[in-house]
Amino acid sequence: MEDIRFTLDHCVKCNICTSMCPVSRVTPLFPGPKYAGPQAQRLRYGPSTDRSVDFCSGCGICSQVCPHGVKIAEINAKARHTMYQECGIPLRNQIIARPDVLGRLASPAAPVINLAMRLPGVRRAMEAILHIHHAAPMPSFSFETFPAWFRNRRQQIPSLRNPSSNHGTTSGATTPDETVVYYHGCATHFYEPRIGKAAIKVLERNGYQVIVPEQGCCGLPLMSNGNFEAARQVVRFNVARLLPYARQGLPIVATSSSCSLMLKREVREILDMQDDDTALVSAHLYDICEFLLIRLAMGQLDIAFQPIPLRVPYHAPCQLRGHGFGKPALELLQLIPELETIEMSAACCGTAGTYGYKQEKYSIAMAVGEELFSAIHSTNPHLSACDSETCRWQIVHGTGLPSVHPIELLAAAYQ
Amino acid sequence: MQQFETEILVIGGGSTGCGVARDAAMRGFHTLLIDKGDLSYGTTGRYHGLLHSGGRYVIKDSQSARECIAENRILRRISPDAIEDTSGFFVVTPADDPAYSDKFYRGCLDCGIPVAEITLREMLQREPRLNPAISRAFEVPDGAIDSFKAVSALVRSARQHGAEVWLYYRLVNLHLSQGSLQGATVENLRSGEKIYISCDFVINAAGAWCGQVAAMAKCPVTIAMGKGTMIAMNHRLVNTVINRCKLPDDGDILVPIRTVSVIGTTDYRVPDPDHYPIERWEIELLMKEGEHLVPGFKQSRALRAWAGVRPLYQTEPTLTDTRDITRSYVLLDHETRDGVRNFLTITSGKFTTYRLMAQVTVDKMCQKLKIERPCTTHLEALPDSEDHHYYHVSHRLGEFEAAAQDDALICECEFVTATKLETAIHRLRTTNLDDLRRSLRLAMGPCQGGFCIFRAAARTHESLGFDVSRTNQALVQFLEERWKGVHPILWGDQLKQARLDDWIYQNVFNVSALPQDEGSPSSAERANQSLAEWMPVEIS
Ligand SMILES: Cc1cc2nc3c(=O)[nH]c(=O)nc-3n(C[C@H](O)[C@H](O)[C@H](O)COP(=O)(O)OP(=O)(O)OC[C@H]3O[C@@H](n4cnc5c(N)ncnc54)[C@H](O)[C@@H]3O)c2cc1C
Ligand code: SF4
Ligand code: SF4
Repeated sequence: MEDIRFTLDHCVKCNICTSMCPVSRVTPLFPGPKYAGPQAQRLRYGPSTDRSVDFCSGCGICSQVCPHGVKIAEINAKARHTMYQECGIPLRNQIIARPDVLGRLASPAAPVINLAMRLPGVRRAMEAILHIHHAAPMPSFSFETFPAWFRNRRQQIPSLRNPSSNHGTTSGATTPDETVVYYHGCATHFYEPRIGKAAIKVLERNGYQVIVPEQGCCGLPLMSNGNFEAARQVVRFNVARLLPYARQGLPIVATSSSCSLMLKREVREILDMQDDDTALVSAHLYDICEFLLIRLAMGQLDIAFQPIPLRVPYHAPCQLRGHGFGKPALELLQLIPELETIEMSAACCGTAGTYGYKQEKYSIAMAVGEELFSAIHSTNPHLSACDSETCRWQIVHGTGLPSVHPIELLAAAYQ
Repeated sequence: MQQFETEILVIGGGSTGCGVARDAAMRGFHTLLIDKGDLSYGTTGRYHGLLHSGGRYVIKDSQSARECIAENRILRRISPDAIEDTSGFFVVTPADDPAYSDKFYRGCLDCGIPVAEITLREMLQREPRLNPAISRAFEVPDGAIDSFKAVSALVRSARQHGAEVWLYYRLVNLHLSQGSLQGATVENLRSGEKIYISCDFVINAAGAWCGQVAAMAKCPVTIAMGKGTMIAMNHRLVNTVINRCKLPDDGDILVPIRTVSVIGTTDYRVPDPDHYPIERWEIELLMKEGEHLVPGFKQSRALRAWAGVRPLYQTEPTLTDTRDITRSYVLLDHETRDGVRNFLTITSGKFTTYRLMAQVTVDKMCQKLKIERPCTTHLEALPDSEDHHYYHVSHRLGEFEAAAQDDALICECEFVTATKLETAIHRLRTTNLDDLRRSLRLAMGPCQGGFCIFRAAARTHESLGFDVSRTNQALVQFLEERWKGVHPILWGDQLKQARLDDWIYQNVFNVSALPQDEGSPSSAERANQSLAEWMPVEIS
């Protein structure tokens, strides 16, 4: 594959990307995608001289809307990496880019740490020392991690025991056609095991045996914080764990639309990992709603959903739209009787992964998300749905209302 | 008629003439330089951009090679602000005779050109887009030199030493009396006014036009004109100068210069230095040769094509292949040759050797005037080069970012800010957008003026207060000139761009109907004519 940066050749300067960028709209600190991408790239060689590219949130909207196929967000990601290589990656970026390490350290002491994090002094100190904004929506650690729950469950239900994998499998059908591998990612692992539980429930309900292999962070936070080398390392770790299943032709489903985009495409386009093993794993990766929608089309989805009499505002995250498969959650949620799903037209919640955590970017992220927050409020002041974890946390923070993954609604409708 | 007096009159504002003017001024001569156009209006503004190491000439023309490496070292000292230290590779592609490379290597050593064979791995690491089938690579100290920057610095330096520089003044006659030139008549092309210049000495540095100038002093000088066509690619496909390791031929060098990379050149005899259309076969040939260096070259976006003419002094009028004529410079003493005492012609040569050419010319003049004043041009750095820093492609980006972006970008592709543009408009006091282009790189990027040139035209209008029809005319003239360069490469991405630009100017601004001065044919008519000559080139 050619270096993604060469797509700059296709730019005709039409400004469509700039008119759609949620960040340059709210701050003069970022001159916009056309400037940072195809324009500045022609002048980038040798010492990195532009700093404004750091204010690109990486949401990827520009690349989606460019009618000529310029991979703007990807160009920006690479430029940021070059910049950080030169001026060093801030400690803050090193820390927030490792949700898996944080989770491993913090989960055993979750109640204490969660409590501490709620103390205003602690967050102020973090802001002063680490430049993590004191109000940024940090998730709470879960005392019981998802893999621990999954292991315990297998021990409690003898029929689920199957020694063929690291963390385990659930029983049911045994032919490969009916086995799926679940990539839960860090958020489900350490912060929101409830999403993983819902996914297992929906998959099992449809007759799948679910394998949950040992796995690490997908590497996206490292990548977007400019640490490509470390990101490649964790990708290699994951590829090694997932490869045996990909070789058997098993689908790998992920509940985080950002993790799945990372492993599907960004590893190649941004991290330049062009090896066959990575490509094979990518080829077997599905976002969970994408996967279920394919099953539906094949007549293989159990559609005996119970009614949920609710009106739910749904935000399709930028990363999910980046997949280019439409908005499968919308179609799936339509199958639930009495559930009225309202798609939000606002483009971005603002946080774009860890962008909104940063002291200097928090207010930009909040300004970007404002349109979405108020639209959610006026649609249903009780609940919203969204496929990506950091977006959900930002929405919860911005609206003060809970937010769920669509898979949770599907699971709830399988009563 | 107005009169003007000077010691030395230099004809030609290319690298040679500007080099001569600076040298003469530094030696204390009162000097006047004129050009019928802007600085770099001739070949200097249409060349390839390569600061030669001399590697290209080691086999065929070792004298040129030695001159190049000596001058290369000097220019790096005195003019680094115009130079990008790209380094250069000579590579053996599967299409090249492998036996040449050993000869080349020995030739470099013989001529004193630092040369080192590098591993293919290193080559690909530094230039990942090069053809992996390349079998050998040698590194030499080539560079890229921006002629607009270099020449503008030469002129500023010449002025600091007391020289005068008149642009848009054409030499119309030289006055010869009893074996010496008494003076010259020049015409101010903006006002039509003629001026008589009395002078002690005339130096003809009129490049491809030097035969015409010499003829005014009744000195017959035959110049062969070798047209060379080049194509600028939209971005830097490579960041090192890449030469094919073979005897000099068409399309064998790729030069990264500023934001583009330029493939060139062809070399084809033309009769007239003012009219030399770009031929379709040239474009096809250059794109094909580029493919030997960078696989996928043909799919990359081409921005524009242009040509320049090499003035090559002919000693044997029968030679037809212009590449066999020496590239070393020619200094004609018209006293020994034609009996005119105070007249020298300096021509041929290369941009890289302009300083040496100027030095030998002014030395010769001193000798004839029996004045002893040594040359110092190699000792003093040019304006903006005093800090000995090379130019770097990312400079403008850094400058703009450092200015906290509170300036407006007029030309977004080449990062020309409103402040830069305003300063240039007031310095040059011109509505001529092409002059602004040369001085700023305005409109030299991917959209070729699509989004900036109407903004720039408006700024000239507001700043200088000339009437609307004059601004319109400047806009239309500029667009036509740019279209000429785009027509030959209309395919792929640039075709899409041209379409969008066309919509902007024809449909939004209705540019062909703008009120202009009487008598000029409508721009749409002219554009359509030239478009019909150019069907898109087949690129397979
Ligand atoms: C295609 C091509 C590629 C080249 N590439 C390179 C390269 O990569 N590296 C390198 O070192 N060299 C290169 N050269 C050579 C180099 O460009 C020329 O040798 C050099 O620029 C010549 O400069 P000059 O000042 O002699 O001529 P010019 O730049 O042509 O200047 C002559 C000037 O005289 C003016 N003039 C003419 N008649 C009159 C008149 N009657 N009154 C007033 N003014 C007049 C013209 O307007 C013109 O500006 C290249 C040449 C060509 C053609
Ligand atoms: S990735 Fe998002 S924030 Fe960055 S330039 Fe594109 S649209 Fe703007
Ligand atoms: S949308 Fe695409 S073509 Fe248009 S300006 Fe942006 S990058 Fe260029």
